[in-house]
Order: sequence, then C-alpha cells, then structure tokens
Amino acid sequence: MVELTYREIDIAAVERAVQSPACGGIVTFVGRVREQSRGRSVQYLEYEAYPEMAVAKMQEIVAAIRERWDTDRVAIVHRLGRLEIGEASVAIAVAAPHRREAFEACRYAIDRLKEEVPIWKKEVTPDGEEWIGQGS
Amino acid sequence: MEVRVKLFAGIREAVGASEVRRSCREGTTVGELWQQFQREVPGLPPQGRIALAVNREYVTPDTELHDGDEVAFIPPVSGGSG
Repeated sequence: MVELTYREIDIAAVERAVQSPACGGIVTFVGRVREQSRGRSVQYLEYEAYPEMAVAKMQEIVAAIRERWDTDRVAIVHRLGRLEIGEASVAIAVAAPHRREAFEACRYAIDRLKEEVPIWKKEVTPDGEEWIGQGS
Repeated sequence: MEVRVKLFAGIREAVGASEVRRSCREGTTVGELWQQFQREVPGLPPQGRIALAVNREYVTPDTELHDGDEVAFIPPVSGGSG
C-alpha cells in the first residue's frame, strides 16, 4: 500500500493493510505537524508533491525493504495540502515475523522518504511563509 | 525538440507556473536547461542546491534530453514530520 491523499490519514487502516498471520510484529511510525519549528510558532503547513515520481520512489522503498528484511508487508501513506498542528502528515507501517526487522525496516522507510521522495512542505508562521530547506 | 518541465514548491512560485513546455537544441543537457531558467528567472537557487529528474528518475546534470522528455527541477525535499 503506497498512497498520497488530501484527506486525513486513517492510521488504523494503514496498520490493517500490513497485518498478516505470518507477522508477529508491526511497527507504525506516524509523523505529525509540530507547533514549533526552529523557534517559531507554526500556524499550519502546506504539503506539495510530484505525485507520479513520489509514488514511484515510495514503491522503490517498499521493494528495498522486501530485499533487505524479507517482508513485503509495508504501507506508506503521505498526506498533501493544508495540515493543521497535530495532524498526521505521514504514516508508515511495517509487519514482519519478529519485532527487530519491523523496527529496522520502518525506520529505514521514514529516513529514506525524507531524503529522496519529492514532497515539500511550506511552513506558515505569523512572520510569513517559507518552503523548508529552500531558503525564503 | 520539445520537453515538458515540471516545477515545484519555491521554484514553481518563482516561475509562476507548475509546468512549462520548452524547445531546445538537440544535445541540450538537463543542467544546461536549468542554467537557462536561472538566467531568465530571478531568485532561483544555484544548481548545487537542487536535484534534477528526467522521466521521474534522478539524473546527473550532464544527462542529454530527448524530444518528449519530462524534466523536473527538484528543490530540497522536506516530506514527513517528526
């Protein structure tokens, strides 16, 4: 399950998507919008993607996990559009026979997503707005 | 030949469009195309700060373009939170 959505992420559904009788460990990572960023208070965030390439890159992450940890029970869902404080921007669930592989693969997935999946966020604060990592 | 260029985030706002079509000479590289945009549009980041993609794969600046290619200028990504 790899998905971009403009609606609230249903975290329980992400977890259900990876469940399997062969898997005893499920690790779910949920990234939520923080109220503070670099010392400033955030009003809300806007997420934008290059959707076709973002989905392809997320599928590559799933394939890499299948090779490395021998599980294909991986779900990655990223939200786009305007997000308020506390809302989930990303949810990743990995199920594996045992917890160690599930923890490792889930961490790998979020780290790699943040490095190479073409998705961007703009922070809107009382002082103005800024695309993160791109200067003003 | 003609290519489609996809623009995102700060680059999209600086150019004022999310997609443009560009005619270029045979043999033009994706890095040269980015330099053309930099000359025309004020406020774009230097080449070292962005990634380049052709047909939805990351490529190096010396990659030659072909008719119908989908080019993307990828500013530093910042997906997720936490």
